[in-house]
Amino acid sequence: MSEQTLRRETFLKIAGGAGLALGFGIPRTADAAVPETSVPAAVNAYVKIAPDNTVTIVVSKSEMGQGVATGLPMIVAEELEYPYERVRIEFAPAAPEYIDPVMHQQATNGSTTTPHMFEPMRRMGATARTMLAAAAAQRWGVDPATLVTKDGYISDPATGRRASYGTFASAAAALPVPANVTLKSFDAFTQIGQRKARKDIPLKVDGRAKYGMDVKVPGMVYASVQKPPVFGGKVVSYDASKALRVKGVKRVVQIASGVAVIADNTWSAMQGRYALHVVYDDGPNAGLSTEKIYADAAALARKPGAVAVDKGNVATALPAGAKRLDALYRGPYLAHAAMEPLNATAYVHDGVCEVWAPTQAQTASQATAAKVAGLPVDRVHVTTTYLGGGFGRKGEVDAVADAVEASKLVGAPVKVVYTREDDMQHDFYRSTNTAALSAALDPSGKIVAWSHRVVNASIFRRVFPNAIQNGVDRISVAGAAKLLYDIPNMRVEYVEHDVGIPVGFWRAPGANWNAFAVESFVDELAHAAGQDPYAFRRANIKDPRGLAALDAVAEKAGWGKPLPRGVHRGIAIAQWDDAIAAEVVEASFAGGVPQVHRIVIAADCGLVINPDVVEAQLQSAAIYGLSAALTGKITIERGRVVQNNFYDYTVLRQPAAPRFEIELMPSKEKPLGVGELSTPAVGPAFANAYFAATGKRLRELPFTDGVKSA
Amino acid sequence: MVSLEINGERHEFDVPPEMPLLWAIRDLVGLTGTKFGCGVAECGCCTVHLDGEAVRSCATSVAQAAGKTVTTIDVAGSEGAHAAIVRRLQDAWVAEQVPQCGYCQSGQIMEAAALLAKSPHPSDEQIASTMAGNICRCGAYQRIHAAIVRASGRGARA
Repeated sequence: MSEQTLRRETFLKIAGGAGLALGFGIPRTADAAVPETSVPAAVNAYVKIAPDNTVTIVVSKSEMGQGVATGLPMIVAEELEYPYERVRIEFAPAAPEYIDPVMHQQATNGSTTTPHMFEPMRRMGATARTMLAAAAAQRWGVDPATLVTKDGYISDPATGRRASYGTFASAAAALPVPANVTLKSFDAFTQIGQRKARKDIPLKVDGRAKYGMDVKVPGMVYASVQKPPVFGGKVVSYDASKALRVKGVKRVVQIASGVAVIADNTWSAMQGRYALHVVYDDGPNAGLSTEKIYADAAALARKPGAVAVDKGNVATALPAGAKRLDALYRGPYLAHAAMEPLNATAYVHDGVCEVWAPTQAQTASQATAAKVAGLPVDRVHVTTTYLGGGFGRKGEVDAVADAVEASKLVGAPVKVVYTREDDMQHDFYRSTNTAALSAALDPSGKIVAWSHRVVNASIFRRVFPNAIQNGVDRISVAGAAKLLYDIPNMRVEYVEHDVGIPVGFWRAPGANWNAFAVESFVDELAHAAGQDPYAFRRANIKDPRGLAALDAVAEKAGWGKPLPRGVHRGIAIAQWDDAIAAEVVEASFAGGVPQVHRIVIAADCGLVINPDVVEAQLQSAAIYGLSAALTGKITIERGRVVQNNFYDYTVLRQPAAPRFEIELMPSKEKPLGVGELSTPAVGPAFANAYFAATGKRLRELPFTDGVKSA
Repeated sequence: MVSLEINGERHEFDVPPEMPLLWAIRDLVGLTGTKFGCGVAECGCCTVHLDGEAVRSCATSVAQAAGKTVTTIDVAGSEGAHAAIVRRLQDAWVAEQVPQCGYCQSGQIMEAAALLAKSPHPSDEQIASTMAGNICRCGAYQRIHAAIVRASGRGARA
C-alpha cells in the first residue's frame, strides 16, 4: 500500500467515521525522539497545529469567490473547539486525501463543497480534538473524558492544569486515529451560523492575493496561443517570421491546440502571436451559425425525445383540460467571462511536472498534465492559486494542457495566458436551448398536465458519457425534471442536440435555462387562469419548503402593495439540488430600457454556515443570471464566435446593479449549496416583471432579442 | 529606454514605447496587484493612477506614463494623502466584506480612490456613474457601493 493510498484510506475512515485507525502522513515532528520545533504537526490531512498553537486548516476546494476558504475552516474550527479567527489557511495540493468523498475526484463544482464536506470537515475537527485530548490525558495520566477542550486549550478541571493544543500536537499526531468521534449537535454550534469575516479578504484589497495570472517561477517564459477560430478546425501551416522579429519573442512552437508564441513577457507573447500568419483547415463546422442551430432545434422540438420524466398520462390529460397553452422558448450560447482570463503555468523538468493554475479541477489537471507530459500521475504536482472567478469554466483543463505541452517543448516554465478574446472565443459555452412547453389547467386553475421538451447540447457527452442514461443527460434537464409544482400528469423529454460547439458547465448548468422556460410558462398559465402569479404558484405548489420560501419572498417584497409609478414586479421560484430560491424582481422599462431596481430573495439552503457569505453568493448568482438575461449572448457565424470582448459581450455594471434584500429561511437540515442557487429564478422573475409592465411575453433571451418577438 | 516612477520608485525599461503600462508593472516590475482583464480598457481591472487620475494601464503606453507619477494598489504602506485614501477604502472594503473572487477589486479601489480624492462626499449617482467602467463578474456591486459610502464617511453598512 503506497503512502498516498494509506492517507486516502485514513481520510475515508475519518470522513466516514468507520473502521480502525491507521497511521498516516505523520511528519517527523510527530516522532517522540525528535524535539519539538516550530514545524506544525499534521494531526490529520486537514489540521496542522504548531507548537505556538497556531492552527492551519488545509482547504481542499478551490476558492473562486464563493467562500470555501472561510466556510470549511469555520466547520473544522467549530468541532475542533478553536477560534476560527485565529485559524490560518492553506490550499491543498492535488493528492488522494483531498479527493471529494462524493464525486471521487478533487474538484470544486456544482455548489457541492459545503454539502459534500460538511460532515467530513466536522469529523476532521472532532477527530483532531479527540486526539489532542487523548495526548493530554496520557501526559497528565488522567482519563481523557474528564478533560475540557475549548478555544484551543485543554484543561483538567480536577487539577486546574491547562495547556494549549500546540503543546500536544506532535504527540497527538502519533496516536491512533479514533474509530468514532462524537460530533456536536447543531444547537451547540457557537461559530457555525455566525457572520465571520472571510479569510481571503485582507489579501484581496491590497493586491497580495496570488491568482494563476500572478504566478512567477524563476526562468519562466510567457506564451500566447493562436488557436483555429472555427471549432474543430486545425492548423495546416504557419509562418512565424514576423512574430520572431517582435522584441521579446523567443520561440514559436506548434502545440496540439494551436501555435504558441513564447516570449519574455506577456505583452510580447501577444504581439508576436498577432504577427503570426496561420493557415487553417476549418473542418466540418465552418458552415455553423446560430441561425441554423436555432432552426434545427425548432424542428427537433417537434419530435419526441428521450423520456426523463413520465408521470400519469399527459397524452390524455393535456387535451382534456379546461384550458391549454403551448409555447416555444429559446436562448443563446453564453460565455463565462470570469474576470481573470484563463491561464496556467507548468514546468516539466527532471522527471516531474509542476503545475500552478487557477483551477476548479485538481484531479483532472493532474491527469491531463501527466498525459501530456508523459509522466505518471504521482510525478505531477498541482498548486491551486486563487481563482479570479470560475463559474464552471475553470473546471476545464485546456490551459493546463497548453502550458504543459509548451513547457515540455521549450524546457522552461511556461505561463500560458489567454487574451480576453481567447477566453471568449475558446470557451466551453452554456448551450443554446429550445424548449417546447404545453400545459393544461382545470377550471379552478390547477395545472393538470405538463409537457416539457428540452433541446440542447449535452455536457456529459464530452465529459461523462457513461452518465447519460436512456438518452437523458440529467444536467441538460436540471430545473425541468424536478419541479416544486404538484402536477398529476407530467412528461419531460430530452432531445440531445450536439452541433460541434463545445459546451460546458455554466453557473447552475441546465437550470440556468430550464427555469427560465418553466417559470415564464407558469406565469403564462397564471394569467391564462386569471390569477395573480404569486397566488397561482401558491395554489400549485405542495412542497412545504417551497411554499414557505414563496410566502417569505412575497411578504418581504410587499407583493400586491403599490409600487412607484412605472415599476413592476415579477416572481419566480427555482431549485438548485434541494435548495430553493424564491425571487421577486422589481423593474421599470422607461423608453424600452430595462432597469432592475430591487431583487428580493428568500432562500432555503438548509443550515447556514456563514450568513454573510451566503448573502454575498445569492447576490452574486442573481447578478450573473440577470446579466445573461439582459444582454448575454454568444453568436456563432461561419463556425466561429462573433463576440470578442466586453464591448460586444456586455455584462451588468454598477449603474444597472439592483438593491438586494435577502431572507434566509431558518433550517436545521444539512447545509445545501448556494453558489448557483439564485441564478435560475432571476431571469424569469425579470421577464415576468416585463410582462407585468407591458403585457408582452419574453420567450427568448437575452431581453435585447426577446423584445423583438414579444 | 523608458523611465517610470511607480509608487515612488524609479524603474528603467528597455521596451518599445508602445508597451502598455500594465505589462511593465506586472511582468517587469513584478507588482501583480494590478490585473489584466480585457486589454482594451473595457473592464477596469488594471486601473492605476497617473498623476492622481484613474487610468486603464492596459491602454496607457509606457511612453504616456513617462515623466508622470504612477500609483498602484500596492501603495498601502506609503505616505501622503493619496495613499491614505487608498488605505481608507481598503479598510471599508474589509468592513463591508466586499471581495468575492477579488480579481477586479484592485481596480475598483483605485477607481474609487481617484473619485474620493476629487469628491470626498460623492452622491449615490456619482458613485454609480464613476464605477461604471469597472466590471465585477461576482456582482459585488452593492457592497462596492456601500464600501465607498463608508469610506466617504457617509454611514456604515446597512
